[in-house]
Amino acid sequence: MKLLVCVSKTPETTTKIQLTGDGGDIDTTGVQYIMNPYDEWYALVRALELKEAAGGSVTILNVGPADNDSVIRKGLAIGADDAVRIDVTEEKDSLYTARQIAEYARAESYDIVFFGKETISYNGSEVGAMVAEFLDVPYIGEASKLEMNGTQATVTRDIEGGEEVIELETPFAISSAKGLAEQRIPNMRGIMMAKRKPLKVVPPTDFPDTTRIAHYDKPEEKGSVKLIDADNMDELVRLLHEEAKVI
Amino acid sequence: MVLVYAEATNGQFKKMAHEVVVYGKKTADVLGTECHALVLGDASGAEDLGRFGASKVHQLKSPNLEKFDAAVYTVAVAEAAKKLGATVIVLSHNSTGKSICGRLAARLEAGSVPGANAIPMMKDGFFTVRKPVFSGKAFADVQLLTDVKIISVAGNSIPVEELGQGGTTVEALDITLPEPRTKVVKHQVATGRVPLPEAELVVSGGRGLKGPENWGVVEDLAEALGATTACSRPVADSDWRPHHEHVGQTGVAIRPNLYIAAGISGAIQHLAGVNNSKTIVVINKDADAPFFKAADYGVVGDLFEVLPRLTEAVKKYKGQ
Ligand SMILES: Cc1cc2nc3c(=O)[nH]c(=O)nc-3n(C[C@H](O)[C@H](O)[C@H](O)COP(=O)(O)OP(=O)(O)OC[C@H]3O[C@@H](n4cnc5c(N)ncnc54)[C@H](O)[C@@H]3O)c2cc1C
Ligand SMILES: Nc1ncnc2c1ncn2[C@@H]1O[C@H](COP(=O)(O)O)[C@@H](O)[C@H]1O
Repeated sequence: MKLLVCVSKTPETTTKIQLTGDGGDIDTTGVQYIMNPYDEWYALVRALELKEAAGGSVTILNVGPADNDSVIRKGLAIGADDAVRIDVTEEKDSLYTARQIAEYARAESYDIVFFGKETISYNGSEVGAMVAEFLDVPYIGEASKLEMNGTQATVTRDIEGGEEVIELETPFAISSAKGLAEQRIPNMRGIMMAKRKPLKVVPPTDFPDTTRIAHYDKPEEKGSVKLIDADNMDELVRLLHEEAKVI
Repeated sequence: MVLVYAEATNGQFKKMAHEVVVYGKKTADVLGTECHALVLGDASGAEDLGRFGASKVHQLKSPNLEKFDAAVYTVAVAEAAKKLGATVIVLSHNSTGKSICGRLAARLEAGSVPGANAIPMMKDGFFTVRKPVFSGKAFADVQLLTDVKIISVAGNSIPVEELGQGGTTVEALDITLPEPRTKVVKHQVATGRVPLPEAELVVSGGRGLKGPENWGVVEDLAEALGATTACSRPVADSDWRPHHEHVGQTGVAIRPNLYIAAGISGAIQHLAGVNNSKTIVVINKDADAPFFKAADYGVVGDLFEVLPRLTEAVKKYKGQ
């Protein structure tokens, strides 16, 4: 099976988000980046498991600048065979990113294109669906289970308060949620091998912007917490009713 | 015209469908236009969507819509929007909306804002929509630059209001849909509790609960309040609770009216998924737990004593 895993990069999860003076941008000074957890923990690992079971190849794809190579190398260290980076240096919108991925993937005819459920920075959860539309293949969002039998797939996806089981044929695209696989930590051998694995850099295709972020804000700081005596829960209930008006 | 896809779940409109219609109506007001609702498949109460602001309801029925398929539903919404001349398409940011929002954007070459949490505004001459980013650590104002614009609305972002009258005419739409290429073989939802992403009241437990056998104190409070239960990530990772209860940056992001956290320390990744809650109550035996900084109300004490007391107090209040 020929598998493609699309990975994005995101600030490390403990990052405190700071804005540049006027909220025009995110202050990236000192921010550490990681591979988007959904892509690394679930999408990539499930793709590797399928390859290990049935043969084939796992390619990693990222749309972004050369700085992202460290994130891509980590994916290679975890076990992907090769990688592609579409060399986009500016921040672009989701549709632009999806078009780059689709342009590349169309020519390669992958059996399954894997995405994460969302990038935890911009929380879009849309690039996978966009690529699926451009490629004209089915898309299953938030998959927590994927079993393959030849070209036949059985996917479980999370829905509000439950799940749905879906059958479909390759080719298709899915987004990966918790449950799909177990995180793998790269070992020393993997890290050494990753250095020699091919990382192809391809130029982007030009497409117009459809959205632009004009301004950022931070949520209002909470005022100081009101402490309630552990023996006086009637008082807490009263405050929730009369002051917060939530019950 | 603003076209709202109002999703019927098993033939019924839930709160989220009403929320998006209200959102659509308010968006239409900003643009000085009308709001229409789109209903896909069989549903009862379509004419009632007028109460939330739809001046017209369009309904498309087809055997191909009986089970959800993202590609087919995308064609349905996109072709309806084209046929009716919609310039803004609004949908829910739930599992259905997330499956089709991106497809729609690609199909219509339209700018999209997934997970918006405020009514759009015209700002500096641009149609601008606000959404949380970094799992709620910040907000971004996104300008939509295309003629057709797509917005999916995060649950519990705007209150449901009555903005019109029921009894709206429901007009049948005729659109040819492709055959689904996926087959839904099982559809299973827990009955009873409101699903977490839609819940207005949430009671959540962390590692301070010590083990799954102790969850009764959380369940009892949730029961008394009519709340949904949630948990921190290590709790779901240890299989103390099902993984769909896990909230945070790598779990479900929620914005209920009330979030009660017991035995949760308040790590930044946990806060990221819950700090848009309107009111936060933290119960922790450690007065220095970081969560207290993000809380509106705090109780320093042993949750095994505090939770049952709170449950009794809620029951007493409800009994009045
Ligand atoms: C990449 C990444 C992503 C992550 N994503 C998430 C996420 O999405 N969601 C998430 O929740 N976490 C996430 N985490 C984990 C997070 O960093 C914390 O480890 C986790 O939230 C801690 O869970 P906890 O508060 O339940 O446990 P602990 O930190 O162990 O806290 C337990 C708390 O219970 C209190 N306590 C103990 N006994 C009692 C008692 N009897 N009465 C009252 N209080 C008591 C203690 O004082 C303590 O504050 C992520 C971590 C990483 C690295
Ligand atoms: N720049 C990118 N390069 C490659 N894949 C991406 C990129 N951005 C997003 N993706 C993929 O799309 C998924 C959903 O992203 P998003 O729509 O941004 O939430 C991610 O989990 C990745 O799998």
